[in-house]
Amino acid sequence: MHAARKRRITEWIIRNTFLVLSMISILILGLIALFLFQEGLPLFRSVSLREFLLGRFWYPTYAPPEFGIFPLIMASVTVTLISSLIAVPLGIFSAIYVAELASVRIKEIVKPVIELLAAIPSVVIGFFGMTVMAPLMQEILDIPTGLNVLNASLMLALMAIPTISSISEDALHSVRRELREASYALGANRWETISRVVFPSALSGISTAVILGMSRAIGETMVVLMVCGGAAIVPDSLFDSCRPLPASIAAEMAEAPFRGMHYHALFATGIVLFFITLGFNIVADHLANKYKQVGTATL
Amino acid sequence: MNFKKMLGTCWCAASLTIASGALAGNLVIKGSTTVLPIAQKAAEDFMKKNPSTSISVSGGGSGEGVKAIIDGTCDIATSSRDMKPEELTLAKEKGAEIVKHSVAMDCVAPVVHPDNKVTGLTLEQLKDIYMGKIRNWKEVGGDDKPIVVVSRDTSSGTFEIWHEKVLKKEKVTPEAQMSASSGAVAQIVSKNRFAIGYVGIGYINKDLKAVPVNGVRATPETALDGSFPVSRALYFFTRGELKDDIKAFVEFVLSDDGQKIVLEEGFVPLKK
Repeated sequence: MHAARKRRITEWIIRNTFLVLSMISILILGLIALFLFQEGLPLFRSVSLREFLLGRFWYPTYAPPEFGIFPLIMASVTVTLISSLIAVPLGIFSAIYVAELASVRIKEIVKPVIELLAAIPSVVIGFFGMTVMAPLMQEILDIPTGLNVLNASLMLALMAIPTISSISEDALHSVRRELREASYALGANRWETISRVVFPSALSGISTAVILGMSRAIGETMVVLMVCGGAAIVPDSLFDSCRPLPASIAAEMAEAPFRGMHYHALFATGIVLFFITLGFNIVADHLANKYKQVGTATL
Repeated sequence: MNFKKMLGTCWCAASLTIASGALAGNLVIKGSTTVLPIAQKAAEDFMKKNPSTSISVSGGGSGEGVKAIIDGTCDIATSSRDMKPEELTLAKEKGAEIVKHSVAMDCVAPVVHPDNKVTGLTLEQLKDIYMGKIRNWKEVGGDDKPIVVVSRDTSSGTFEIWHEKVLKKEKVTPEAQMSASSGAVAQIVSKNRFAIGYVGIGYINKDLKAVPVNGVRATPETALDGSFPVSRALYFFTRGELKDDIKAFVEFVLSDDGQKIVLEEGFVPLKK
């Protein structure tokens, strides 16, 4: 009797401790969002949403200032897309290799190495891009500047590959053994099994991996700040410099007069970035639910 | 009698502690990355002489420093520009009385890669390059190569002097690469044969070639006598009545020893 009561109390305490802890993190997140909107929205008293999102010129410190972030949005979108073009095939194929083809010994080496790639601080990748990759690119391709869209995309791909690869690998790994065995039993060879059975059933996990990799690339600040060149133009070639949203915020926030128009404009840029990454996360969540692997009979 | 004596000793000790406490504070200095090397070195030397004072120095930019001094979160703000009207208004609103001290002169010079053949530029040529009107080095006496324009971010103090003295408040071309620090500009230009940038003379090294402007080289002498066209004063801002340790530090920076640091860090002392 006594022991049962004691256990109930302990359980109550544990449950509520966890409740409070999770509430705290939700509260903090909410406060950050609140702060972001509170500091960003005042901009729209003097600049229309259309001017802000579609304006071609970003001259925040001039009189009169111009707050058009269209070139910055395009820069973010471009480097994210091109880095995905590089990182998605590499990430997924390396995941397939590790999960399906590699021998145990090779797997034990390759998997940790790919995961180690994720542990490289972004400032180191940025520094590599700036001091090694940029001069090399300029030399070999004979272009005016090595700080350009292509260089930034390569560096961002380097950061997205481990995310995409390790999450995809987990998804492939969790495909049930019965599916593979059934496929082989029907006479399919290894390639047919991977491409028509294992890969499709892991698709939801792989899509999540891709989206998370992309949202890592779009939110990344240090690399694009160091490697993009920072010109606020809509890039029209791989070798143009550009200025993604996070780079602009990071570079200018320290110097923007407190609660001035420029300050509010940078927070408004933060809101745009917030919605973009939120969109990515919603898509990832949706994909994960839509193609959820349920039991062995899903195919 | 004995008790009174003891009390007296106590009193003496207490007042001594209070008196020495005047220079035993914690100073927080914040602001311009341009002024950072001066403030850092001066703080180290000052702490050697006054071991009871501890000074923390950080960068963040002129705007950050001014913000901090208005909010009272630092004791001295360093800045490579004067306060803006809106910052003065904000200071007034918050009841902060800001005092300005000039501590050094800075001279911002255009720099190119050492392999660049250009031997000099006029202010007008620089302006046209930064506005995107001159786009090839051959137009100003160099090779037939495109010019890669490197600038500081439009909100930095270094950009502001360039904007005022070179661009004459015209807009910098949107194709210009905007860098977040003077170190980054130096780094980019030293690695790129097509690039032109601008940095304070403290940042000029053997990997960069400083280009004379209107035929005048950027040197301490030409900055002080005003013949080099792109130079500016560097400031400390303090708030209200000066505490003893803040006053002592500002005086130290303005003393001969302090001005020697200014020279050693590549800036221009206020007097010889």
